[in-house]
Amino acid sequence: MKKLLLAASLAGLMAVPAQAADYAIDTQGAHAFVQFKISHLGYSWLYGRFNTFSGDFSYDADKLKDAKIQLTIDTSSVDSNHAERDKHLRSGDFLNVSKHPKATFVSTRIEPKSGDKFDLYGNLTLNGVTKEVVIAAEKLGEGKDPWGGYRAGFAGTTTLTLKDFAINTDLGPASATVQLDLSVEGIRK
Amino acid sequence: MFKNSLTHYGLVSVLLHWLIALVVFGLFALGFWMVDLSYYSEWYKTAPYWHKSIGILMALAMIFRLCWRFISPPPKALATHKSWEKQLSAMMQLCLYLGITVLVLSGYLISTEDGRAIAVFTWFEVPSLGALFENQADIAGLVHEYVAYSLIFLATLHGLAAVKHHFIDKDHTLKRMFGKRP
Repeated sequence: MKKLLLAASLAGLMAVPAQAADYAIDTQGAHAFVQFKISHLGYSWLYGRFNTFSGDFSYDADKLKDAKIQLTIDTSSVDSNHAERDKHLRSGDFLNVSKHPKATFVSTRIEPKSGDKFDLYGNLTLNGVTKEVVIAAEKLGEGKDPWGGYRAGFAGTTTLTLKDFAINTDLGPASATVQLDLSVEGIRK
Repeated sequence: MFKNSLTHYGLVSVLLHWLIALVVFGLFALGFWMVDLSYYSEWYKTAPYWHKSIGILMALAMIFRLCWRFISPPPKALATHKSWEKQLSAMMQLCLYLGITVLVLSGYLISTEDGRAIAVFTWFEVPSLGALFENQADIAGLVHEYVAYSLIFLATLHGLAAVKHHFIDKDHTLKRMFGKRP
């Protein structure tokens, strides 16, 4: 009986909710990625990413609904592994980075779904246009890291229609939308 | 016949001059047109490919042209040319040569930042030197654009000056550029 109690209280201790905590996205160690993919002619995927961004989030496993995240992306850091294409992507035909050097995402609310999945609502500002988007997100894991810190990681995906963000260059019918993939690991502050 | 003399231009200089003049204006028109092509244009890939190929070939012609200046120096200015005309035309020539050089180099830097070589038709490739400075493609692109406009402006002035010599001064300046002996 005592053993059972002990086990139960230990289990209870372990289940004590993590403190509501603020995390900085680990861009220093590059354990976070802002990637995208867009169809090329309807025949294949073209992948790219933004190399420079920063952000933080607050998260508590038991109060998922109160979690918040904000992310700022340096749009000139777009990288699709082709200098000429990246130059074109930075131009007024696409991201217009001289006029809109930053893209931001600020979460507004969260709708939990089954398991570790949730819908993350927020305002995305891209190419000077702010629009609400829903990111289908998932907590991948959290816990101590081997170097004395504490980390939590998430992944999320959303699909953007280029025209919604005033990107009007016609890449063809299969390429009107771009899928944005976020994978972020935060280090507890 | 091939070489320049003290009084006239030989065939090599004449051909190089008009060939490069044609190519400079042609590449400007091609470049001006191709940057606004839509993604589904049949020229979307071909036009830049030709622009780069012809540009590199022009660079080779310019290198040969510079060597040729030393092998066979250009004739003396016409005796009727005033000294300010000689100085101005020498400055103009220098600017045109410099402009073409900067255009070739900046064009090269746009396309080679990521290590890709430039294909000259299917004949050969010019290897990349990689990224030499930050924002290379963007900065080189801006330089390429502004220098192209400047070069076309200067080349037009250069042409107008020749026309002035032909119709107003009624001298042999322009005729001589076609290889005619005075």
